[in-house]
Amino acid sequence: MIMMNNYLLLSAALFVIGAVGVLIRRNLIVVMMCIELMLNAANLNFITFANYHHKMSGHVFVFMVIAVAAAEAAVGLAVALALFRNRETVDVDEVDSMKG
Amino acid sequence: MEFLIFCIFGGLSVVFAVMMIMSKKPVTCALSLVMVMFCLAVLFAVQNAHLIAILQVLVYAGAIMVLFMFVIMLLNLREKEGSASHPKGVAQMFGGAAALSSLAAVVTMTRGPGIPAQLVSDHFGSTAEVGRILFTSYLLPFEIASVLLLAALVGAVALVKIRMR
Repeated sequence: MIMMNNYLLLSAALFVIGAVGVLIRRNLIVVMMCIELMLNAANLNFITFANYHHKMSGHVFVFMVIAVAAAEAAVGLAVALALFRNRETVDVDEVDSMKG
Repeated sequence: MEFLIFCIFGGLSVVFAVMMIMSKKPVTCALSLVMVMFCLAVLFAVQNAHLIAILQVLVYAGAIMVLFMFVIMLLNLREKEGSASHPKGVAQMFGGAAALSSLAAVVTMTRGPGIPAQLVSDHFGSTAEVGRILFTSYLLPFEIASVLLLAALVGAVALVKIRMR
């Protein structure tokens, strides 16, 4: 039988890949996709713990995470569209007017 | 059997995730992310979360990624970035490696609990069971999520429709 730690290691790897993607990519859309990857890694953790502890609350939390991710994607992409309309770019390094 | 499935689809998901953050074209990134989500859906199904696996494919790989693809095609970006050869990229790779090794150390030092659930209950993770919990113990978060989705819908339309000056 497969150990729980294997799933947790896979989830940690996916989360770190997503975090590195957020740091090294400059395209706003791709940065948001990396955030989705990190949410997915967290979902894998929820499902793993639910499975191994015989509690179904984790499934409900994944349900909530999917709902919040959908809302986040809709609003974030709307922001990206508004940004592109005003500044002709979605490069996060060029959008620094609020930098101190 | 489960270990074989875990190795194949876990490995594939990591490969596609790396491909996602390395690829220069946003469309390739989006399609790689879809593949990662499919692999994770398989892992969910293996872990008795049947409803969540279906939702992952329908909502995540279906709805959300189609939204991303629409915006990518709408913007039609000319890619000029050197994504991975970004000068600060190397330092961030090292930071990522450090974070991964510390997380892996924590995980390997922790002892996992006993047996998975397929030996206990027959309808663990089924739609009926998830629905029953969702509408009894977690009714308030469920309703809040619906209000959140409505607010996001209105907010997204307002953001795109209203012309800022």
